[in-house]
Amino acid sequence: MYAQQVETGTKAMKSLAEMGPEERAFQEKIDAEIKIEPKNWMPDNYRKTLIRQISQHAHSEIVGMLPEGNWVTRAPTLKRKLQLMAKIQDEAGHGLYLYSAMETLGADRDEEIEKLHSGRAKYSSIFNYPTLNWADMGAVGWLVDGAAIVNQVPLQRTSYGPYSRAMIRVCKEESFHQRQGYEILLHMMRHGTQAQKDMVQDAINRLWWPSLMMFGPSDAESPNSAQSMAWKIKRHTNDELRQRFIDQTIPQLELLGCTVPDPDLKWNEERGHYDFGEIQWEEFYEVLKGNGPCNRERLETRRNAIQDGAWVREAAVAHANKKQKQQAAA
Amino acid sequence: MTKYDELTEFLLRLGDSSLIHAQRLCEWTGRAPALEEEMGMMNVGLDLVGQARNWYEYAAERINDGTDADALAFRRDERAFRNLLLVEQPNGDFAVTMTKQFFFDAWQFHLLTLLKDAKDERIAAIAAKSLKEVTYHLRRSSQWVERLGDGTEESHQRMEKAIDVLWRFTFELVEKSDTELALSESGSIPALTELPEQWRATVNEVFAKATLTVPDAPSTFYLSARTGMHSEHLGILLAEMQFLQRAYPDASW
Repeated sequence: MYAQQVETGTKAMKSLAEMGPEERAFQEKIDAEIKIEPKNWMPDNYRKTLIRQISQHAHSEIVGMLPEGNWVTRAPTLKRKLQLMAKIQDEAGHGLYLYSAMETLGADRDEEIEKLHSGRAKYSSIFNYPTLNWADMGAVGWLVDGAAIVNQVPLQRTSYGPYSRAMIRVCKEESFHQRQGYEILLHMMRHGTQAQKDMVQDAINRLWWPSLMMFGPSDAESPNSAQSMAWKIKRHTNDELRQRFIDQTIPQLELLGCTVPDPDLKWNEERGHYDFGEIQWEEFYEVLKGNGPCNRERLETRRNAIQDGAWVREAAVAHANKKQKQQAAA
Repeated sequence: MTKYDELTEFLLRLGDSSLIHAQRLCEWTGRAPALEEEMGMMNVGLDLVGQARNWYEYAAERINDGTDADALAFRRDERAFRNLLLVEQPNGDFAVTMTKQFFFDAWQFHLLTLLKDAKDERIAAIAAKSLKEVTYHLRRSSQWVERLGDGTEESHQRMEKAIDVLWRFTFELVEKSDTELALSESGSIPALTELPEQWRATVNEVFAKATLTVPDAPSTFYLSARTGMHSEHLGILLAEMQFLQRAYPDASW
């Protein structure tokens, strides 16, 4: 998963001539594709933008465990249960890598998690949609992880070294999840009953547009993109990535024998791309504001987990301190 | 209700206990006290579902009426389940979950250590593979029992309460059973006579480090998973776990 809309704090972008010597050296390094590492000088806004983006990305991994956790106790076979559990475990692991990458920028994970819980930090809008049938586990793997991969593959070349390295590890596992998700759907469509095929189409109908929204607002509405791209944090615009996702997903959809809930979707020979209908941006902004179908439940679950677990973490610290004292005395 | 032969009953006891314990771990998804524990619980759960599948496959071959591992997991009612009463208990707080995990791990560890030398090669092989996993599980849960028991005042109290809730179910981990006696006499599995003492020794050792008191030996109790007499928790757990297979009996997943 990834970050959808990240404030860069930049009002007007500077040209190289307007920059001070440090900033110019930094930008030249970026332009030469040299990775920025934790101890290197970086503009304050670059640091803050990355903290926002990486933390949003990490939060998305963690909140993203919940829609799947909703079905892991109901997975229909031992094989499917094992796959889903392995996927949830990977996501917790991705959250850990990403929080570690974020901490190399001087941020503190507990503070960033507190921002999430108080609604000051975002996570991917997709996880505010409910999972209502088993095919959603396939569709989440195929569409949601698929959209995440389209976003993350270019991030393997992002300018900040620790983030780029985290993405290389994350992408390998995400591709595996995506294939598994698609296989769940393909199996249901090829070997399933009519009821199962209906589940697949229903899952696609509900998750198609929210998956397209994962790429963030259209380029015209993305004031922060230009700066993010100049810093090579982002490597492509939202609309480019969305188009790439649609183009590669439609043939897979056709192989399933399913349809998308978009009457305007059509191959455009001239452009060499699919044309598609207008995204309901009002819904997107409402979900980002916290008014989506599951925003409240998702945050409440995460807040409760941290609150209910406080005594456990305190006990672990107290015990470690006791051990340390005993060792010092010995 | 089908009653299987002794060896099959024994295999179901192992498979069911692993699966039901894993099912409880799945309920923690997104709710653990730290991210590391989200990973830890899923990791242990994955191992246990894998073990359950191995035991079920062997059981299914013995039953030999077209049943398979999934049918054993998803199409049997609670009266046919043979899991330990301990593992079907609700998760409660992290202290209850970890105490349950520790009691179960210690039981599995000593049992599998004995079973890896079983004359039945299939049992020996599954036990040897599972033992590697369970060795890690036991290390992890022992450490948590120690941390929580010897952590803060609150964590210590929660551990004592958890032990109080769960202790009565431990009689099943140390009782002597006719089934297992018959199996060891027929030579399929080693004698399990040492198991109760070994289990107690591990509990005593870890509880001592954790500054926790070991209660008196629990008395036997009316319920027994060996005869499918479960607590009321299992039926609800199965209703959730088996829903898709039951609602769509003709489906292939």
